[in-house]
Order: sequence, then structure tokens, then C-alpha cells
Amino acid sequence: MRRITKMQVNAIIRYSILTIVGFILIYPLIWMIGSSFKHNIDIFGNLSILPPAGRWTFEHFPNAWQLTSRNTMIFYYMNTLRFLIPQVVGQVISCTLAAYAIGRFEFPGKKIVFTVVMVTLLMPELAFRIPIFMLYRDLGLLDTFASLYIQNFFAVNSFFVFMIIQFMRTIPRELDEAAEIDGCGPLKTLIYILVPVLRPIIITVGLLTFMWGMNDFQGPLIFLRSPDNRVLSLALRMILQDYEVTHFGQMFAAAFMALIPTLAIFFACSRYFVEGVTQSGGKE
Amino acid sequence: MLLIPWFIGMALFRVYPIIASFVNSLYQFQPIRGTREFIGFDNYVRIVGGSRNAYGDWVWNFPHFWDSVSATLTYVLLGTPLVLIMAFFVAFILNFKLKGVNLFRTAYYIPSILGGNVAVAIVWSQVFGGDGPVNAILSIFGVDPISWTRDEFFAPFTLIFLSAWQFGSVMLIFLAALQNVSPTLYEAASIDGAKKTRQLFSITLPLVTPVLLFNTVNVLLRHFQEFNAAYLITLRGPNRATDFLVILIYEYAFRRMQFGFALAMSMMLLLIIGLLTLIVFITSKYWVHYSD
Repeated sequence: MRRITKMQVNAIIRYSILTIVGFILIYPLIWMIGSSFKHNIDIFGNLSILPPAGRWTFEHFPNAWQLTSRNTMIFYYMNTLRFLIPQVVGQVISCTLAAYAIGRFEFPGKKIVFTVVMVTLLMPELAFRIPIFMLYRDLGLLDTFASLYIQNFFAVNSFFVFMIIQFMRTIPRELDEAAEIDGCGPLKTLIYILVPVLRPIIITVGLLTFMWGMNDFQGPLIFLRSPDNRVLSLALRMILQDYEVTHFGQMFAAAFMALIPTLAIFFACSRYFVEGVTQSGGKE
Repeated sequence: MLLIPWFIGMALFRVYPIIASFVNSLYQFQPIRGTREFIGFDNYVRIVGGSRNAYGDWVWNFPHFWDSVSATLTYVLLGTPLVLIMAFFVAFILNFKLKGVNLFRTAYYIPSILGGNVAVAIVWSQVFGGDGPVNAILSIFGVDPISWTRDEFFAPFTLIFLSAWQFGSVMLIFLAALQNVSPTLYEAASIDGAKKTRQLFSITLPLVTPVLLFNTVNVLLRHFQEFNAAYLITLRGPNRATDFLVILIYEYAFRRMQFGFALAMSMMLLLIIGLLTLIVFITSKYWVHYSD
């Protein structure tokens, strides 16, 4: 009897800690959402999430929708998709192919290749972006959306390649061999046998690529120049500079709207995210 | 055959850039004329060198670099342990048969997903702003408002807290490792009379050290890479307190178009990251426990 109560106390302590931590983590986001419905004078100097009773306002949203003097939010969303969709497609196809080749076949120099990959994993993106910028400048690729997604078609992101390899290890090789006996070439084996099984991890790779692209600010900042090519992250940065003076509600409304696609996709597919990350940690 | 695209990608986007980085770091670029001139290791001398002035005091050629090294290392060395400890602590609490674990897991993971988004930077700069919620809480305890983004001492912490806020993905990896620890080990230990704390330090911790190594390297690298937050929230920081190396390199490469100098700094950054990672790997022999 005493034992049970002790366990109950334990559980209560755990739940309290988890709830408090969770609330602190989520607070900035719900504060942002709440503040986008407040009048500017109600936003600061208090902790409340909701606007004071009877002081709700919806005027910030139409204003924020007209994100800059030139264009509405939809323009920046579309520009973002123009590099994001090729990024996701390229990443998914090329990483699956590379993972299949590395995970299922032996080739000379495999060890060396692995070492090179491990070393490149340690390097910050910016270290690669300067020489690639110089290369693209010479090729006339600067200020094009292609400059942001070309490399996704070449399985450059080893993190994702390893993630798929890890998952592929759980699929018995007998499956490939059976397909081979039935007359499937390697490519057919991959497409008809492995891809259906790999589906969850491929979806995870696609989703994570999408999120990273959505969050990427450094890439567009470096490679895109003209106002016509401005993507959402760059436009948001402009309002951070411009609005700082007074239009707080509008700023929060813009930030909220910018996060809606990401949040919607996350909630719709949270299973894939959580499982993907768990996978990436690896058992070995 | 299937490897061809991958080989091209690696050669073009990973190996070539490293070689090109090094080669170009030996040149001085003339942005206006668009020419470059070979100067050997002069860029490196300008970065790390110094000399004595007329009074015999040591003067660095380029003190900004050392300011940036110190800002970067402060952020990395304070942020990394904080994220790891938080992630492990929460994973440890979650790793019990509790109802609703999935809900918490998902909720904790949201910040990691939103992470570096510019919209998050906007929110963060206001949460820590002059009249923002953080100062509102502090005022309840009678603490005077802190200028979180404009104060030399506090600005790095504003960014460290933002990084700690995104502990979710690291936590999930710990959680997966904890769930792999066989329950029979705990049963055996409690039969032997080991207390809960003893079990934590003698069973749980040693068994997750391989994953701890993975997470340490990962989080370390993430901190070295941090660009958005410092660029957007603290605007490089008062007195360069958050002028991280990636920001300094960005400025010299893409604002001043001094590619050679920027690339030399980028090679120095790689050296620093390499050394730190090497230290982690070498010492890991003494603290990582491999079963069987």
C-alpha cells in the first residue's frame, strides 16, 4: 500500500516537471500568437497571453499580409516554394540512390570514401558556401533559385544518406536477392522492393529538408540578390528591421503567419519527425 | 553506377570547396577590379600575427579575430553542456512508463523544428526585449529590467537560451538510447541492493555514453555554425560579444568581398572545430563505455 502511494507521488512530481518545462518551452510561441491579436499598447509589460477582455483586434493580419510595400505574403511563400520543392525532390531521390549504393554494394575505396564523408560532416555550411559562391559567380548562377537547390540533387547531405542506410540495415538482404532471382536489376529492386519499405524514412528526409529550407536564412542571404527573388526568410528579416519602431502587433502577426505552414506540416506528420530523429541517433 | 551522382556531388560540393578554400586563402582579392594576387600566407599572418608597438606592448594585427574566437568559444562551451544536460534530464524523466509521453515528446520537439526560422528570431528578440515577458517575470521578483540583447554580458546568454530552447531533437536521441537499456539490468541491480541514484550513475549513464558522444559532437558543431540568431537578434552584439566567427567570415566574404582573407579565417575556424572535436574523440576513450 505504501509502495503504491510512493509511486503516485513520484508520478505527480514527474508530471509537474514535464508540464512546467513544456509550458516554458511553448510560452514564447503562444505569446506570439496572442500578441498578434493585441493592440500595440497591450503587448508589453505583462505576461498575459490573451488580449485584455474586449480589446481583441484583427487589424494586424491584413496589414501583415501586405508584408512589404512591394509584395504580399503569398509572393514570398511562392518564391520560397520555388527553391524548396526542387530541394525536397532532389534530396529524396539522390539520397535514396546513394544510400542504396553505399549500403548494399561493396566497391573499392569504400573506407576512404567513408572517412571523407565523416570529415565533411564536421564542417560548417558557411565554409562550403564561400567557394561555391565563387564558383556560381563564374558560372552566372548567382541570384537564381537553382543556386539554392542544385546540390540537393547530388546527395551532398551525408546526414540524410546515413539516416537511410541505418534504416536499410533493418531490411533483410534476402529480399533483394529474391528480387534479383526474379530478374530485377538493381534499380528495379530499389524502386519496387526497397522504396516501399523505406517509405517512412524517405518521408522523414523530405520533411526535414523542407523544414531546413524553410528556416534557411544564410543561403538566400548569400545567393539571392534581386527583390524579385526575395524569399520569405529574407522578407521577414526586413520587417524585423523596419517594424522595430512601433508596429509590434503587425510584426507578430507576420511571424505567426510565416510559421503556420511549418507548424501545420509538423502536426500533420509529427510521427515521422520524431521517429526520424530517433533513428538518426543510431543504435551503434 | 548508382554512385556516380553522389561522387560528382561529393567532388564538386565538398572536396572541391575545401581545396578551393585553401588555394584562395593564399590570395588577396581586389573587389573593384575583380582581380586577385598571390600573397602566400600573408592572410594568415594578418589574422593570427601581432607585433610589439613603440611602448613594447603586444598588439594583434587583427584583434577582431580574437574577439570573435572568444565570443564563439564562450557560446560553444557554455551552450553545449547546457543543451546536453537539459536534454538528458528531460529524457530521463520521460523514460518511465508515463501516460501521455508521446504528447510531451511532440511538444518538446516543436522548438527544434522551428529552430533557426527568422520568425522565431523576431519572437525571441521581443520575449527578451526591454518590456518583454522575461523582464516582466524578473520584475515580479524585484529585479530591474535587463537589456538582454544590448548588454555585453547578457547578450550571449540570450542566444544560449535560444539554443537551449531547441534541446528537443537531442533529447529524443537520449530517450531512444535510454529505452534501449534492458530492464533486467535494473532488476538485477535492485536485487543487489543498489539505490536509484547508484543505478543512474552505474548503469544508465555508462550505457548511454556512446550516444552522449554522438550528441556532444553534434551539439558542438551546431553551436559553431550558429549564424541566424546572432545576426538577427543581437546584431553581432554590443562590443562584439556575439560576433561569432561565422558572422565575421560572412562579413569579410560577402560584404567586403575580401574572399582570400575570409577563406583564411574559415580555414582557421575549421582548425578550431577540428581540434575541439579531436579532443572530444581522444578523451572519449576514457569516458565512453562500449558494451561487449
